Amino acid sequence: MTHSVLVVDDEPHILHSLEFLMKHENYDVRVARDGEAALTAIEEKRPDLILLDVMMPKRDGYSVCQTIRANPEWQDIRVIMLTAKGRDIEREKGLALGADDYITKPFSTRDLLKLVRHYLEPDEDPA
Amino acid sequence: MLSGWSILLTSLAYLCLLFAIAYYVDKRADAGRSVIANPYIYALSIAVYCTSWTFYGSVGRAASSGIDFLPIYLGPTLTFVVWWFVLRKIIRISKAHRITSIADFISSRYGKSTQLGVLVTVIAVVGIMPYISLQLKAVSTSFNVLLQYPEVITPHPSGRVPVLQDTAFLVALVMAAFAILFGTRHIDASEHHEGMVAAIAFESLVKLIAFLAVGLFVTFGLYDGFADLFTTARATPEVANLLTLSGASYGQWMTLTLLSMAAIVCLPRQFQVTVVENVNEAHLEKAVWLFPLYLLIINIFVLPIALGGRLAFPGGGVDADTFVLTLPMFDQQEFLALFAFIGGLSAATGMVIVAAIALSTMVSNDLVMPVLLRLTWLRLTERGDLTVLLLFIRRASIILILLLGYAYFHLIGESDALVTIGLVSFAAAAQFAPAIIGGIFWKAGTRRGAVTGLSLGFAVWAYTLLLPSFARSGWLPIEFIDAGPLGMGLLKPHELFGLQGMDSLSHALFWSMLVNIGGYVALSLRSHQSAIERIQAALFVDVFRQSSAQGGSRFWRGSATVADLRALIVRFVGKSTAERALGGYARARGLNLAKLRQADADLVNFTERLLAGAIGAASARVMVASVAKGEVVGIEEVMKILEETSQVIEYSHTLEQKSRELEATTAELRAANERLKELDRLKDDFLSTVSHELRTPLTSIRSFSEILFDNPDLDTEERSRFLTIIVKESERLTRLINQILDLAKMEAGRMEWELDDIDPRAVIDEALAVSSGLLAEKSVRLEVKLDGHLPRVHVDRDRLMQVIVNLLSNAVKFCHEAHGLVVVSAETRDEGLYVSVADNGPGVAPENRRMIFEKFQQANEALTDRPGGSGLGLAISRQIVEYFGGRIWVESVPGHGAKFAFTIPLERAPVAQSAE
Repeated sequence: MTHSVLVVDDEPHILHSLEFLMKHENYDVRVARDGEAALTAIEEKRPDLILLDVMMPKRDGYSVCQTIRANPEWQDIRVIMLTAKGRDIEREKGLALGADDYITKPFSTRDLLKLVRHYLEPDEDPA
Repeated sequence: MLSGWSILLTSLAYLCLLFAIAYYVDKRADAGRSVIANPYIYALSIAVYCTSWTFYGSVGRAASSGIDFLPIYLGPTLTFVVWWFVLRKIIRISKAHRITSIADFISSRYGKSTQLGVLVTVIAVVGIMPYISLQLKAVSTSFNVLLQYPEVITPHPSGRVPVLQDTAFLVALVMAAFAILFGTRHIDASEHHEGMVAAIAFESLVKLIAFLAVGLFVTFGLYDGFADLFTTARATPEVANLLTLSGASYGQWMTLTLLSMAAIVCLPRQFQVTVVENVNEAHLEKAVWLFPLYLLIINIFVLPIALGGRLAFPGGGVDADTFVLTLPMFDQQEFLALFAFIGGLSAATGMVIVAAIALSTMVSNDLVMPVLLRLTWLRLTERGDLTVLLLFIRRASIILILLLGYAYFHLIGESDALVTIGLVSFAAAAQFAPAIIGGIFWKAGTRRGAVTGLSLGFAVWAYTLLLPSFARSGWLPIEFIDAGPLGMGLLKPHELFGLQGMDSLSHALFWSMLVNIGGYVALSLRSHQSAIERIQAALFVDVFRQSSAQGGSRFWRGSATVADLRALIVRFVGKSTAERALGGYARARGLNLAKLRQADADLVNFTERLLAGAIGAASARVMVASVAKGEVVGIEEVMKILEETSQVIEYSHTLEQKSRELEATTAELRAANERLKELDRLKDDFLSTVSHELRTPLTSIRSFSEILFDNPDLDTEERSRFLTIIVKESERLTRLINQILDLAKMEAGRMEWELDDIDPRAVIDEALAVSSGLLAEKSVRLEVKLDGHLPRVHVDRDRLMQVIVNLLSNAVKFCHEAHGLVVVSAETRDEGLYVSVADNGPGVAPENRRMIFEKFQQANEALTDRPGGSGLGLAISRQIVEYFGGRIWVESVPGHGAKFAFTIPLERAPVAQSAE
């Protein structure tokens, strides 16, 4: 079965690279350029995992994450937050709002893929 | 029928009633249940002011000169209503210092001076003598008048009858007995004579009711009310003039008002009831209106009785001073007449008793004791119990004073009217006023000043008032008045130094007060105070600033043994009182006096105050000094101690100010701290933002690099697309780093500027050329409106272009997506060169118009579609424009685009050039 991934980021180039990476892993990939679009996409079709940027116009990643967790049907969606702000407080905030994990930009593509795999295919986790 | 016996028996019965009241109240007081501790009795006791002079004399005066009797009551009313704070201060001081009399008060104020005590006592005794004689005269006259009933005739002068048959003499003896019984029960004169006060208050009530009864009888019995009486009076020519104010009497009114204002404080008996007998300072608050009310009520019927008397006894056959008595007799109202007599007796006995007690205290404490203590051969200081001696002195003084009063009456009393005699005494008492008032409000008043003022004032009083009264009664040749002593006209007692046109009283008061106040002030200014004077002056004047009566001990450095002090107290106040007082002292301080050998300054001071209550401040000081070694501390130290208070006050002011300053500083610091915190937060935000802005392109670069690395099999097209992204993001990163460095340099003032006179048109054209690609990419329409002539400006060419390019790229970024329009214009304005770049995008909300020029502050990132760019462009532009001396701002109607504009001044060197 193909896992579905939603990539949310306002930076087109980053979005582009993430889309490429996820597609390359044969996930079912959709993209959103801001928070509102992300929520619309989730409602449309529930993804298994979301790569969620924090700093976005209209609605930031924290707010999106909070909304997802407020909905009982979306409890098991995996959320990995991406941020370019490297402070600990941002990591804490993201985890507190219900994100599963957190990755700091710029990231190693291999680490990112490993993390995504870890959440989507836990059985195959080598660890 | 009123026989002599029935009058005498009634009088005796009345006096017995007084005794009973006084006895009962004293017993109650001993049992600790005071009857007099309320303001009403206090106010009634102050009404001892209304003597037989009021009772009989006011009517007499009204019968001859209309309402001229009033000032005597206006003065006290004024003092109580307006000058109550003077009374309060005197009371507070007297309680703190256990003052026993007015002589004690004055001597205590001026350094516990024995000399002053003696002087005041002498003045008081001599001055009050006529007043006492006046009361004796009133009682004996009224008795003799009443004896004639039902005949209404003024009897022949009683002064010519043998002494032992003279009613006045008997009256004097009875009053002496009363005064001795109730005035000298305790040896501590500062303790209250509660029985006496109660009796006096009762008498005040009796005389008021009696006078009102007569008044009502005259007004409503003899006549049909006030209207009838006054109409009848107006219709009678010789009486009608009483109803008008005679213009010439204004001066006298003033004199009498001032005189009685002083008298209500300075008369020894008033001082006694108002100050010494005051049990609670708070009672004064009610007394300040109760007492004036009493005066008002008792004066209502003065004029009606006077008019009634004049109408009933035309031709002056009956002494107007007896109208109160003779009017009821005239109408055969024997019981009313008897009641009126009792009222007059009340008025007289009240005054005499209080005056005798007050004067005897002064005589014993301030006259006899100091003298006895100085007579070393008496070895008084070494004798055992002196209480018996003290009481004997006091009782003997009472008898002596009353006998002197009788003697004056016998010799002089017949020649003057009641009012005249009374006023002579008033004028004598008024001599104390400067020393008292000055003493409690003016620290610089000295003993020498007080002695001089009092002596001079008293001398002038005696010369202008007392001696003439002797002359009038034949004891001095009458030429003394008419032609002056030995015919020296300038020294005529009623026209001293040729001063004419005043009545004798005003004249006497003028001269006596002139020399009294003059002497007091002049000598006070010229003489120095001794240490103890200075201490007492401060304690008196600043009485409200001291916590308690403990005030003086810190000035006293004496040392004595406890045994000596104990023996001293026992000698003067008796064993039981002494033990009680010392026990209380020890308990209050948690001491065991039995174990103490050496007394400290506190105990020495306590002893002195205790003794002061019994024998007066001056004598107490002598006695304590005889057993206590050491003296008052030196003058310099006294000054220091006294100034300490003011220094402490000043210091506390300074402290307050410092504390206020400190608070202000703290507030400033807090504000500064807040600013620092804010700056810190901004710095933190800045770093976080810089980090974000740098990481974003880096993320793309790294991702695509890794993708390219991990996927060597990508097709060429995709590979080149990814590489293009990497290059673009690298450029973005470079640009960003350059901007950050630029901004940092500009903010630190380390930017290198290449200033030159340049043509702005060329710069604008070049900026448009650089941005043309960007404009074309977004298909944005461009309008350029440049004025034909643009002035040259002195700027860094590249930086100016940077600003314009920045604004252009912003405008392109934000302008309408489908129908983008950018308008660039330039013109000359008052401010200099004006350049603007407008777009037709969403505009900038008012609250953001300032903020967007701060670094990394794009209009709230979550609000609108976020444009690309570092968020540093506008901040850098502002730095540049401000460096050129211009300003940059944005005008916008939200929804209708934004217009960014800046100006650059023409005739101005760049502001920061010199700073470079």
